[in-house]
Formats: sequence, structure tokens, C-alpha cells
Amino acid sequence: MTKQHYQPFPTQTPPELKGAPARVYPVAIIGGGPIGLAAAVDLAQHGVEVIVLDQNNTVSVGSRAICWAKRTLDIFDRLGVGERMVRKGVTWQTGRLFHAQQEVFNFDLLPDTDYKMPAFVNLQQYHVEQYLVDRAGDFPDLIDLRFNNTVTDHVTSDTGVSLQISTPEGDYSLQAEYVIACDGANSPTRKRMGLSFEGESFEERFLIADIEMEDDPFANADNAERWFWFKPPFHEGQSALLHKQPDNIYRIDLQLGADTNPEEESRHENVTPRIQQIMGDKSFQLDWVSVYRFRCARLAQFVHGRLLFAGDSAHVVSPFGARGGNGGTHDVDNLCWKLAAVIQGRAPASLLDSYEQERGHGADENIRHSARATRFMSPANDMERLFRDEILSLAADLPFARAWINSGRLSTPCSLIDMPLQTSDTSDTLADDSRCGLVAPDLPLDNGDWLLASLSRNSFTLLLVGVNQTSIIDSSNLLDALPVVTISLTEHAQRRYGRGAFLIRPDQHIAARWEGTDLNASLVRLAWDRALGLADKAHAA
Amino acid sequence: MSLNTDNNLGIDADDAYAALLEAHRHLTPEQSQRLNARLVLILMNQVGELDIINQAIAAACNGLLTDTGAP
Ligand SMILES: Cc1cc2nc3c(=O)[nH]c(=O)nc-3n(C[C@H](O)[C@H](O)[C@H](O)COP(=O)(O)OP(=O)(O)OC[C@H]3O[C@@H](n4cnc5c(N)ncnc54)[C@H](O)[C@@H]3O)c2cc1C
Repeated sequence: MTKQHYQPFPTQTPPELKGAPARVYPVAIIGGGPIGLAAAVDLAQHGVEVIVLDQNNTVSVGSRAICWAKRTLDIFDRLGVGERMVRKGVTWQTGRLFHAQQEVFNFDLLPDTDYKMPAFVNLQQYHVEQYLVDRAGDFPDLIDLRFNNTVTDHVTSDTGVSLQISTPEGDYSLQAEYVIACDGANSPTRKRMGLSFEGESFEERFLIADIEMEDDPFANADNAERWFWFKPPFHEGQSALLHKQPDNIYRIDLQLGADTNPEEESRHENVTPRIQQIMGDKSFQLDWVSVYRFRCARLAQFVHGRLLFAGDSAHVVSPFGARGGNGGTHDVDNLCWKLAAVIQGRAPASLLDSYEQERGHGADENIRHSARATRFMSPANDMERLFRDEILSLAADLPFARAWINSGRLSTPCSLIDMPLQTSDTSDTLADDSRCGLVAPDLPLDNGDWLLASLSRNSFTLLLVGVNQTSIIDSSNLLDALPVVTISLTEHAQRRYGRGAFLIRPDQHIAARWEGTDLNASLVRLAWDRALGLADKAHAA
Repeated sequence: MSLNTDNNLGIDADDAYAALLEAHRHLTPEQSQRLNARLVLILMNQVGELDIINQAIAAACNGLLTDTGAP
């Protein structure tokens, strides 16, 4: 029915069912959605062997996530699939907000130019999963994707986790030093452990439809946008959202109210007239329809000894703001280098606590924004509705009211400023954009490449901006294993960094920075140890 | 001085709005009405300039009488 053909992935009999001797794998991942697959690729890039167990044998059916934000694209670029996503995806950066018949305002999500990655790319989740599966194929010795492998039970101990797995060919068990549960919003792992998943549920139902249509609904066909309506003329009293996807597919979200019957509403004979209201006489075909109710919730803890949660299993959000898949990708980015460092004996196991701290902070931010946007669309009581409606009615004339219109605050990188792995920032001459704890800003390099793409994909990098490497005195070889990238102080580099040195984590966050040209190797080593969770050692040094 | 109609809260706008909704969350409709009245009075006093207050009242009244109701 959908335009996508769901080719089953090939499956093989697991070695355990062929009588292979039992062994302990460094990492097993439960769930091969976008988050589990991205984690597998990231760990493999760090040289860690990983098994992915997924209960299905296709990419996810129906289009779920479509909007991938700049930061996520930078992460996917580090993982080797970013350029492919941009090539296939629909790039956009302008959002338009309508109230009734009228456009109230529009916003540009990336007014500053000269970044490798655009503000947003729309691309169906099944494509992203396919690209990650293809990319996993580049690591035949490190990544073992096992489809049709359902995890049915697990037992944790101080040294690892054992998993019970069921396949069409029989059941087996498997030992891993660490397990990442990426088994989605209804995580069976989380349920088995009886962990509470608390937050806010919304009564409102939303119809999500993907349609295939030759004609472009946007004013300028070459320039896709995000259109959001409050109380549009075509959908009485509710809200609506329109996005473009590749292959002439459009995503339409229609708010339905709390008291609607989901089965009734998803019948094609009921959906078609609703879409006709929007698209007029343009001809289209329904590609995928579902009716959702949303919640915003999280686990109190993401780290449970040797068992770690990432993606939707750890936190869920309503989709306005596109913070689900994007947020999960940020989890992967944050977790994998730490887990690799722990497994490879370069960092203490306590480094994993910083994953919970940093990404718990990210999850809270995502939940806060997503919940507020959802409440703006579906006010919880009459007074909320009154405030919301008056904001909309003032917004045409009074600019301040526009700032309060909330159709989703779109996913942005999360700041880790002042968190313990970062060295405190004493510079007052370096750029605000490169403060410790922020993602290192991208910029074009003289050689035609991009800065972020030039950083190490799996290690810390020392970035020298307008500083000569020979000016670092490192007589005790403290920085031997640290890749160095030197760039000149171009206008971009001046604006986004300033003259100095920057210690950049494998997830491209700035761990420490020093202004000027005199760089003390022992200070860099101290900051590096600190970022690896060796703060005690750092004190002693 | 004239009324500032641009966003004057910067990135705190969402937090301010959330605080307003939170204050109303568990109130009865009558209590909510009273809260609004009190807030207006407190904020008017904080503004402290009659001229601005008059402009704000005019901006808030604008279109109200001709409106057919909530938009
Ligand atoms: C309508 C809609 C629109 C959305 N739009 C966006 C968007 O635009 N941008 C965005 O960033 N996010 C969006 N999201 C959210 C996004 O889809 C999710 O955040 C994302 O899928 C989470 O990925 P995941 O890998 O954590 O979980 P999932 O994608 O749910 O994957 C979980 C995997 O675990 C497997 N699994 C489960 N149990 C077991 C088991 N016992 N054994 C083995 N395998 C198991 C499943 O087969 C599945 O493959 C949207 C969601 C919805 C519903």
C-alpha cells in the first residue's frame, strides 16, 4: 500500500544455534530502530564489536520521523550517512505560521550561512534506517545485525547482562558486557524491570497522513517549507501541519480533538475528504494514515548498572518540534564514545553516569518544549484556551505575541555548559558560540572541506585556531595520542571561535578552551582526563 | 515613551507563559478571574507610567468591540 517496498532483511541462523562455543560480546543492542542502528555504527567506528537484536526483519513500517535537525545531521555525517540523507532528503529552513486565512509570521531556522548541514532535512524514517543498515555493512567484523531475534528476558549482574532470545529457528541465550535497550517507546526491557515512566499524557488525537501528490502546494516549488495553521478555514477550529518529503510525499498532521474514534478517523473514506479540503482539486493518493495520541515521559534513570537505555525507551515526546528521533540520536552521540572508552579501559565505568546527567538534561529540555507546544495546541482548560486564543488574535498586529505562538520549538543542540566533564571556561576574548559545553560550530575550511567533518570521528581532537602547533611544548608527550587539527583565523573562525585552542570531545562538544597562542600541554591533559571522568586523577596530577 | 510591542522577554518568553499557565492550573474559574485581575493590577503598578498603561489599554481594546467573539 505505501510507496515504500519493505524488502525483508536477510537473516542467518545465529552461531549460538549452530553449536558455536558460548562467548561474551562487548555490547548487545536490543532494537534496530534508528537509535539502535546508529549506536551500532558509532560503536563500530570506535572499534567496539556489537550485536543488534531486532524482532522484525524490515525497516519501520509507515513513515514516523521525517524531520532531522542540523545537529542530528552533523552526527549522522560523523556516522557516515549524513551526506546521503541530505542528497535524498528535502531541505528546508523556513516555517510559516497561519491563523485562520492569514499568514501571521514566518521564521528562518538558520539565518547564518556557511554550515555544511542545513537547518532541517525531511526524510522518511525508513530511509534513515536503511542507510544505517547499509552503513553497518561497512563493518562486517564488528557489527552483527540479527533480525527476527526477539529478546524475551534479561538478567543483569555486576559483570554483564545475559539475554534470552527467541527466533523462528529456536531460542538461545547470549552474554554481553553491556546492553543498550533501544527497544522503543513501549520498551519491553523497561516493562520487565517494572521501571516507572512518568510524565504528561495528552487526550487530544492527531491524524497523521502521508500523501503522494504531483503538484507542489507551496508557493515556490523549489523551496519547501513547514506550514502550520491554527484554526484553518479547511479544518474547523483545530490545527494543521504540512511538510514535504522526498518522492512527492507530503506529511499532513490534523488535530482531531479528544473525543474522536481513531478507527473511524483512519478509514480512507473519512481521511480523503479532509485532505481534499486542504489540497483543493489537486489529485493525490493516500500513502499512509494513522491516528496518534501523544505523551511526554521519561525514565528517572537511563543507566542501570550494565544496562543502558537510549532513544524512545528512555524518553518519549509528542512530535511537535521533532525532538524524538533527534533527541535519541543525541543520546547515541553522547553515550557511544563513553561506552567505548569504558570497555577499552581508557575511562572508569563512572563515566557512564555523565551520560545520564548530560542526556537526562537533554531529555528534560525536549520534554519541556514538546509538552508546551502540545498544550498550546490543545489547551488543558478554558483559561489556557482563552490566553492561547488572545495571543493568536493579538499576533497579527503586535509582534511580541508572535513569540508566544507555539507550534513546536524545533530541535536544537543541547547545551552542556557547566556540567562536570567540561573544564571551567575562563576566556573572555573567545567567541560565545564556542563556550565549553556547546557543540563545536562548523565552518568552511580553506581546503574546501568542513571543520566538523575534519575532526576525528572517534577520538578527542585538539583544534588550534590561528595557533601554530609548534608553540605547544609537550616534553613529556602528554598529548601524543591526541589528533590535532590546525586552521587559520579566517573571518568565520574569528566569529565562531577566536584565536586559541579547543579540546573537542568525540561527540563534537567543546570540553575546554584556552585563548591566545601559548598552550600548556599539561593543562590540556588535565582537561582531557577530566572529560574522560578521571577527575580524581586530574586533581592528583 | 511608547509601548514596546516587540518581544521584551527574549528567550524567557516560553518560561514566562508556562509560569502563567501553571499559576492558573488548579484554580476554579472564579479564582482564575481573580488571579488575572490581580496580575493586571500588579503589572500596571510595575510599569509605573500612565502614558504606557493608556497605550496598553488601547492596544488591548483594539478590535475587541467589533470582534464576533474569540477568533
Ligand atoms: C507520527 C510520528 C512522527 C514523528 N516525527 C518525528 C520527526 O519528525 N523527527 C523526529 O526526530 N522524531 C519523530 N518521531 C519520533 C521517532 O519516530 C522516534 O523517536 C524514533 O523512532 C525512536 O527510535 P528508537 O530507535 O528509539 O525506537 P523505535 O524506532 O521504536 O525502534 C525500536 C526497535 O526495537 C525493536 N524491538 C522492540 N522490542 C524488541 C524486542 N523485545 N526484541 C528485539 N527488538 C525489539 C523494534 O522492532 C524496533 O525496531 C515521530 C514519531 C511519530 C509517531
